[in-house]
Amino acid sequence: MPITKKDVLHVADLARLALTDTEIDLYTGQLQRILSYVEKLSELDTKGIEPTTYTVPLMTVFREDETRPSLPREEALGNAPEEEKGCFKVPKIIE
Amino acid sequence: MKYEAVIGLEVHAQLLTGSKLFCGCSTKFGSEPNTQVCPVCLGMPGVLPVLNRKAVEFAVKMALAVGCRINPRSVFARKNYFYPDLPKGYQISQYSEPLAEHGHLDIDVDNTTKKIGITRVHMEEDAGKLLHGEGPEDANYSFVDLNRTGVPLIEIVSEPDMRTSDEAQAYLKALRDILVYLEICSGNMEEGSFRCDANVSIRPIGAEKLGTKAELKNMNSFKFVKEAIDYEIQRQIDVVDGGGKVVQETRLFDSARGVTASMRSKEEAHDYRYFPEPDLLPLIVEDRLVDKLRNEMPELPRAKRERFAGEYGIPEYDAGVLTASRALADYYEATVKATGEPKVSSNWVMGEVLRLLKEGSGDVKDCPVSPQSLAGLIKAVKDGVVSGKTAKEVFEEMYRTSQPAEEIIKAKGLVQISNEDELARIIDDIIKANPDNLERYRAGKTQLLGFFVGEAMKATKGKANPQVINKLLKEKLG
Repeated sequence: MPITKKDVLHVADLARLALTDTEIDLYTGQLQRILSYVEKLSELDTKGIEPTTYTVPLMTVFREDETRPSLPREEALGNAPEEEKGCFKVPKIIE
Repeated sequence: MKYEAVIGLEVHAQLLTGSKLFCGCSTKFGSEPNTQVCPVCLGMPGVLPVLNRKAVEFAVKMALAVGCRINPRSVFARKNYFYPDLPKGYQISQYSEPLAEHGHLDIDVDNTTKKIGITRVHMEEDAGKLLHGEGPEDANYSFVDLNRTGVPLIEIVSEPDMRTSDEAQAYLKALRDILVYLEICSGNMEEGSFRCDANVSIRPIGAEKLGTKAELKNMNSFKFVKEAIDYEIQRQIDVVDGGGKVVQETRLFDSARGVTASMRSKEEAHDYRYFPEPDLLPLIVEDRLVDKLRNEMPELPRAKRERFAGEYGIPEYDAGVLTASRALADYYEATVKATGEPKVSSNWVMGEVLRLLKEGSGDVKDCPVSPQSLAGLIKAVKDGVVSGKTAKEVFEEMYRTSQPAEEIIKAKGLVQISNEDELARIIDDIIKANPDNLERYRAGKTQLLGFFVGEAMKATKGKANPQVINKLLKEKLG
């Protein structure tokens, strides 16, 4: 399946990335080459084989429902570009 | 043209675990913003989620309660989208392999029972809370509190089997009752512990094909769910009758104006690119666990209601009121056990007990009068120790002081006078004092019996046994 400019723009939009025209061309080519490489797998006959989502032979690991101390708030907000009222401050979401 | 509505509901219920779904942060409601967060729920690099056992058990219980088949193997998936309430950039949910599928729920509307299909019950984590700036200084900002991020949810998705807002409301109430009975969700809609989105479309009556649906959000009470759906059905009919087309969109209910309005959000791309969560192993629910949870299942609201009506011979209305919560049903049953009087006990619990409880928390767990105490009072009435009317006063006193009925009756001298000799003397005095009325009564004005009863009550400060008084008066006046 060829990757088009449109695909790249769509993915960039979902990832909130603003790309320049040069970058769009660059990534279209790179993504195309990556996909063609992986495409090689389609040559294998996988009829009757369960999809392998997990490769480790392990199942469910649980923890008990016990609370543990959370981070101090200053630390939780430590990386935030902006904070106010103990909250992360972000550009307004709803128009 | 005549239309019918097609309604399906997606319900999110917060599970009453102490800690979050994938980390040990507390799930307590109402704490200071961002005080219940850690590297896992903040989505810091290099952390790993570890599944809360209790959350899985709660989810399985609900799935069993609505007759779902539990999938022995289910898979968590990442639902990818960018929104500030979601620090990881994805929500851990379940997608193509959910925890449970193919259930149903019976609802009662207009005296008929209808089966509503339940497509699936799956587990997911909650997102954070956004506060939108309103003042002039912060009008351009939103504020993010991530305390709720990672709190365990189950999503219960119905089939599009409902046709009216009443059915939707009945379905929601039935779901909530079950969750509360199972003690796995508080069911509090105002706090957002129980949330509902509605998919609503219309089609000409008789048509098979589904119309384009709108998804309604922001309905935080049963009343609002009904209002929003009714409004939306009429809106879509107006659109189609006016030659327009319904567009697929998310609409928010505005409870102040009673309307739904298109949500204009910056997040419009519904391209979630689900894929299996690589940080979590498949969830295996063994038959052994399912059997264990099935055995622990309490009697559910509907079964209890039917049993109360059948076993105790009380009206269905009573059974409905008395089974509104498990605690109230237990209270009633304990009272019946102690009195052997199902209907009288029902009248007391539905009447005086609930009346006084409503002045306080409304929770029967806070009732200062135990079922055994109440039974003592009911017995006192039955034995003729106090009149029914006095008993209500005694009950209020019991409620206030937590003292047993017998003590209050004794201390306040409320014992009913049933002694015929004593009452006969009182009646004789009354008759003697009212010769005119006696004559008029004998001349046929029998309504005057009430006058004599009233006088006897007055003379005994309401303590005379009304049956005895009536009997004696009829003898003596006649």
